[in-house]
Amino acid sequence: MTLTAERGPGRQASTAAALTRPLGVLLSLPYRLLMNALGLIFEPLQRLVGIKGMPYLFVIPNLALFIIFAIIPILLNLVYAFTGGTSLFPANRPFIGLQNFSVLLSCDNFLDPNSCLVDLFWRGVMNTGVYVIVEVSSLILLALFTALVLNRNIRARGFFRGVYFYPTLLSSVVVALLWKWVLQRNGLINGALEGVGMPTINFLFEADWARLATIIVGLWASLGFYTLIILAGLQAIPALLYEAAVIDGASRRQQFQYITLPLLRPTLYIVFILSFVGAVQVFEHAMVLTDGGPGTATSYIMHFVYNAAFAGIAGGRNVGLATAATLLVAVVLVAFTLVQRWISRNASDDYST
Amino acid sequence: MSAATAMLFRTRGKRQLHITDMLSYLYLTLGTLIMLGPVLWGVTSSFKTPAAITRFPPEFFPFAEKTVVVEGYEDPLPLFDVTMEDGTVRRLAQVRRVGLERQMIDPAAPEAGIIKAKMDATEIVQEFRLAWENYAEPLQQFDFVVYFRNSIVVTASATLLTLLLNSMLAFALSKYRFRGQSAILNIFLIMILLPGAVTLAPKYLVITSLGWNNNLLGVIIPTLASPTAVFLLRQYMLTLPDELVDAARVDGASEWYIYWRIILPLSMPALATLAIFSIMWRWNDFLWPLIVLTENRNFTLQVALNLFQGQYDVQWGYLLAMTVLSLLPVTFIFAFLQKYIATGIATTGLK
Repeated sequence: MTLTAERGPGRQASTAAALTRPLGVLLSLPYRLLMNALGLIFEPLQRLVGIKGMPYLFVIPNLALFIIFAIIPILLNLVYAFTGGTSLFPANRPFIGLQNFSVLLSCDNFLDPNSCLVDLFWRGVMNTGVYVIVEVSSLILLALFTALVLNRNIRARGFFRGVYFYPTLLSSVVVALLWKWVLQRNGLINGALEGVGMPTINFLFEADWARLATIIVGLWASLGFYTLIILAGLQAIPALLYEAAVIDGASRRQQFQYITLPLLRPTLYIVFILSFVGAVQVFEHAMVLTDGGPGTATSYIMHFVYNAAFAGIAGGRNVGLATAATLLVAVVLVAFTLVQRWISRNASDDYST
Repeated sequence: MSAATAMLFRTRGKRQLHITDMLSYLYLTLGTLIMLGPVLWGVTSSFKTPAAITRFPPEFFPFAEKTVVVEGYEDPLPLFDVTMEDGTVRRLAQVRRVGLERQMIDPAAPEAGIIKAKMDATEIVQEFRLAWENYAEPLQQFDFVVYFRNSIVVTASATLLTLLLNSMLAFALSKYRFRGQSAILNIFLIMILLPGAVTLAPKYLVITSLGWNNNLLGVIIPTLASPTAVFLLRQYMLTLPDELVDAARVDGASEWYIYWRIILPLSMPALATLAIFSIMWRWNDFLWPLIVLTENRNFTLQVALNLFQGQYDVQWGYLLAMTVLSLLPVTFIFAFLQKYIATGIATTGLK
């Protein structure tokens, strides 16, 4: 009897542990070896520089990479923007002052890209402007609405939250390919249109539809991310406030207007800035989905930058124009962020007084 | 499974369903269709045969035409339900099509010879079948195994080095006081806000100068020093008591030992979050690898997918199958580690 009892689940568990423990040791072995090997470098160095010098040793590897791949490129960006020629090496590039900027900004009429010297850039600016306005505004409204719904007392909340969040994790290529397949001439949506007897639409080859497609796909891919941020903001609002409001006889609408919205303002501000900065740089999913087409209908600023810097548009590679364009975008973005911060600070001052 | 159903049907308090609850569920159901629809459609389409994938209007599930091998014919013949002139329906195999007429043969009695049938009296016979060849063939024909390997190499090595280098910097920033500390912290914080597009072209020059053009090193190394990672790890390490470090120092531990035997194990939650983020970032990277990598044998999966979708005659069955394979790892991470991702985003506001 005792023998059979020992052959029960307890025994199985111990065999499982006996199997997994060596596996864990085996997997952590390279890690231990690496860390000990690095210790052999760092410990003699500590004798050399003392405890005071150690933080620098911990900083140096990361900082070196950061300087090479972030700081130096920013400085190089300035060098490129103020020099001309087709070479990639700064030594071979003549200084031309502000010429890149003046070329980019030379337009007879700023509202008509065709009247500009670099019409592709201004086409990109116009398209990006429309994209930003439509995408950011619908993104904030939809994310706020979805977060409010998900914050309610509903069943399967975790499931629904996961559903909205899932597309955020997919790569821009995968997102664009899935949608390209849905929006295809023979795709799912056209099949449904055909099914109800409506004419089919060639979504990716008609200018307005293609533009809308890039906006909707961008929206689809980032909605969950911003919903999650707003949801976190909603859950940070103390429940006590709502309880007090209910006691004072405040209606649902009044609670939303006088508690939720004001307390959510910092979160909404973050969402606005992040989505704005993201939308201005729209590129990857649009490139796979429509590649700027049809014609230049979905050609955004980053298309121009990418083509000018790497792919070579008419007249060949022009890194100077590309970097000048990114600098213009960066300046606009930073100025925008600062103005926004200033406005929101003033507004919150008004609110607190 | 029971946990999943319990989560799905969990009740939040017992109360009557209000009209706004109904509208909420309606909105969420509609949203679920829109959010998951394209993914599910891609998955089912990836199992369709070339004939089924070009069919319009399309069917949701993968149906393939049913075929039969008849003696005397080399290739399998497609089956049709044929309405005969006397009104009976027979299942025949098509030998060939001539104009509006199908020349059929009875698979049960091939010696009976050709039976002619008008096209509008025939209907193709289909069966539910998963076209696994969509997955097998690209892996054999088009080096997709190589692209997978490249993506795995990039993701694994970049994630390990990201964890190591950024935790070292975060350790120095949170557990020491030294000259230049706040300057370093401020520079990193400012760089979080800088749009990545600004440094694209100059970064390419740096890579070219280092000779890492068309080299996986050029994809891995520039991404390692990450302000986001430093920020996330530093915030967590600040919450660990300094007394731990002091006590270990009194006991004669070296600074390196304190870092990897005391601070790193205690920072596991933050490191796990960062690892998940890093895996997703590197697996999904597209623009930078597209710029750096120029030869097929070095492509990562995302770059290869983009190349194949740009070809004139896109083989959607293959392309969708590879797309599904590339979203599998991310989906697994999501299914098991959703909690970490959600808290990571909620606490840092960073993707």
